[in-house]
Amino acid sequence: MAKTLLEMKHITKTFPGVKALDDVNLTVQEGEIHALVGENGAGKSTLMNILSGIYPYGSYSGDIVYDGNVCKFLNIKDSEKKGIVIIHQELALVPLLTIGENMFLGNERGSSAKINWAETFGKADELLKMVGLSESSHTLIKDIGVGKQQLVEIAKALGKNVRLLILDEPTASLNDTEAKHLLDLLLEFKKKGMTSILISHKLNEVSYVADTITVIRDGSVIQSLDKKKDTFTEDTIISAMVGRSLTDRFPKRVPHIGEVCFEVKDWCVDHPVFEGIKVCDHVNFNVHKGEVVGISGLMGAGRTELAMSIFGHSYGSNISGHIYLNGKEVHFPTVKSAIEHKLAYVTEDRKGNGLILSESICRNTTSARPSKISNHNIINFDKERQVSKEMVQEMHTKCSSIDENVVQLSGGNMQKVLLGKWLFAEPDILILDEPTRGIDVGAKYEIYCIINKMVEQGKSVIFISSEMPEILGMSDRIYIMNAGRIIGEMKGKDATQENIMSCIINSDKGIKG
Amino acid sequence: MAGIQSYDIKKTLKNNTMIIALGVLMIMFQILIVATGNGSLFAPSNITNIINQNAYVVILATGMLLCILTGGNIDLSVGSIVALVGAIAGTLIVNLHWNIYLSIILCLVVGILIGAWHGLWIAYIHIPPFIVTLAGMLLWRGVALIVLNGLTISPMPDNYLKLFSSYLPSLSQAIQDNDPERAMALTFSVTMIIAAVCCIVLWIIEFVQRGSKRRKGYDVQPFGLFIAKLVLFTVLIMVVAALLGKDKGLPVILIIVAVIVAAYAYYTQNTVPGRYLYALGGNAKAAQLSGVNTDHVMFFAYTNMGFLSAVAALVCVARFNSAAPTAGTNYEMDAIGSCFIGGASAYGGTGTVSGAVVGAIFMGVLNNGMSILGIDSNWQKAVKGFVLLLAVLFDVVSKKRKSSK
Repeated sequence: MAKTLLEMKHITKTFPGVKALDDVNLTVQEGEIHALVGENGAGKSTLMNILSGIYPYGSYSGDIVYDGNVCKFLNIKDSEKKGIVIIHQELALVPLLTIGENMFLGNERGSSAKINWAETFGKADELLKMVGLSESSHTLIKDIGVGKQQLVEIAKALGKNVRLLILDEPTASLNDTEAKHLLDLLLEFKKKGMTSILISHKLNEVSYVADTITVIRDGSVIQSLDKKKDTFTEDTIISAMVGRSLTDRFPKRVPHIGEVCFEVKDWCVDHPVFEGIKVCDHVNFNVHKGEVVGISGLMGAGRTELAMSIFGHSYGSNISGHIYLNGKEVHFPTVKSAIEHKLAYVTEDRKGNGLILSESICRNTTSARPSKISNHNIINFDKERQVSKEMVQEMHTKCSSIDENVVQLSGGNMQKVLLGKWLFAEPDILILDEPTRGIDVGAKYEIYCIINKMVEQGKSVIFISSEMPEILGMSDRIYIMNAGRIIGEMKGKDATQENIMSCIINSDKGIKG
Repeated sequence: MAGIQSYDIKKTLKNNTMIIALGVLMIMFQILIVATGNGSLFAPSNITNIINQNAYVVILATGMLLCILTGGNIDLSVGSIVALVGAIAGTLIVNLHWNIYLSIILCLVVGILIGAWHGLWIAYIHIPPFIVTLAGMLLWRGVALIVLNGLTISPMPDNYLKLFSSYLPSLSQAIQDNDPERAMALTFSVTMIIAAVCCIVLWIIEFVQRGSKRRKGYDVQPFGLFIAKLVLFTVLIMVVAALLGKDKGLPVILIIVAVIVAAYAYYTQNTVPGRYLYALGGNAKAAQLSGVNTDHVMFFAYTNMGFLSAVAALVCVARFNSAAPTAGTNYEMDAIGSCFIGGASAYGGTGTVSGAVVGAIFMGVLNNGMSILGIDSNWQKAVKGFVLLLAVLFDVVSKKRKSSK
């Protein structure tokens, strides 16, 4: 029946130090919905960025054969000319412009000297009807919800005469009715002959719409499932997604777990802008002395938001709930109070939220607890230099001197400076948010060792990570979080990737049902 | 003793590019001035002149640096605050015959309140500083005109002028009239003695600090470089003192400016709240997550700017011996320009008080040199604009090269 629309052959893409894609082959038939699934960092988005020209021809090896021709896309415009349109997870709409203006941004109707507004808004209204939106194209983007914005993106793609639509996690921020509507829309377009590639974590959605499922893991295609030949069961997909064996990548430790020292009860947090949207929904958890508690979940599950809202209300609005430290209720209205109660939060975004890049290692190291190197607010430089040197040695940070600016360090060394900054603050409870993101295996191992050392000293670690192997390898106990709620709790030794995944998927079903 | 490595010298030169540029500028002007027969840039009276002309710029640049550190934020209202506080000073002292000290204190309080007014909107209501201080620029200029009713108050009483624009040693008129030679000798020797005492104190402090660092096993600068730096400072201080001594002596305003500069240099470099300014400008989110109340830091920077504007206003009233509604016009631009020439980043987070002072002197020498050369004032403005851009370009390029290495 269908002919092959797209073939990606032997695609290999390396980033400095990391092989993101390794000899990937992908074949998409015309008129099908092709789903790409895999863990975070498996290489799905990288593959799609190559296809759409964001990573230009020459930065990867291999061929893209589209519609029978070998294509060499140098930028997004090149791929869009051929009818390939990508819609990213982060929506690219300008909030203060109207729907119509957004839909033809960069693709304006009329001439460059005079925009034809009648045609712009007329065409926009037509396209909006096609995606089932009743809004006027004169409405501002900021006045419609995220779900409708996603539909506007699709309408915008339709306006570009799309033949191959790529959607990266389109339903991540949608509620269930919105998600259902979007998926039905895709099925409808399929009937009209449009081809789509859908990247998603939500396996129930994937099995609902997809004709073919390709599973990517660690930069390689593991399996391709065809709806007509294979049966799509979640179990087959999950085991293909996570089927990596746990080798000896984690340093051993003998756990000495004590009393409960930190407890959070009924923690509710609203989105900071859209009040009423619950980002954390009655979260309860506790941490024992000397314990590593993992918080697992997919991106957007609310883990970072939970941690930051606890850490001095750094995120969210309408925060409610109780925090108990060693049995006594405490309040952390400011970050300072949290630090004073020996809490530390190591951010997932070391460049954006963690370090002052324009300053030296030395000054960054002491920035969370300047009181330790000062007397009546007067800084003792000699002491500061000494403690920074000690910290650099302890963390094995590779640098020319402690006066080196942080911006010049590699990701792994930056992470060590950030970790050192918070260890210098001497926390009893350390929240680590994706501490190994984007760093190499050796640096990861060193960070695991530091975690072990912390808990051996009787401190507690809350370990947030999207990489399941490291959660399983490091945690004494694991909480599973999804859509702002804690949906499961497991002993570290009982947990497997499969049962964490199915826990998440079952809870998604629960919401749906 | 550890030898001086060429690396150390290179690093020292690189970190002091603006000082070198200032030196080059001075030598260039000196050659031009001597060649055209206009006297000398380093004439004693001209050095006194440069100090008097630029004292207010240094004071304002110090305050402006704090604002710029918080994230490249500027304060456009300082010129208008100078006019308003000057107007209040003139009204209180001349028209209402208030006690001088009481008037000065009230003026400083007014400056702080105006600064706090700006800080309130900027730090806690999160209105962009550019807008708040633009509004302040219009508002306070208007209030100054209202207070003075559009007129200029002059002259100021002698005991007020004495506080800001007199010289040390202050010899009685009798000595100066009866024995001018002895008066000159006395002025020179007293100025030199004060300078020598300053130098001795500097040497003692530096040696004691170095010794204690060595005892505790901390890193110290190579000895050669350490001595070279001290000698350079000593020579500089003594030469300036000699030149001032040959003229009228040590200007009181120089002492006021020196105290302010030293205090703020200490505050920004050696104290925890000072460091928060850098943290806020370097990465506001990281600062917040490290427990810094960034709103308070911002509020302080702008309140302080109001305070230093008031100090500058008192200095200006004394210098011009009048309180005029048009006083302080474009002063904000001088202060902002000084900071950027002195190496402050337009995005915040980098810059030093000493850099801003060097920037202010740079602008001052440029003005002064061109005036001596008799360059048309319209051309002077054009040249200043060009030099500002050039100086910042120079800084950007040299930093780029530094980071790419």
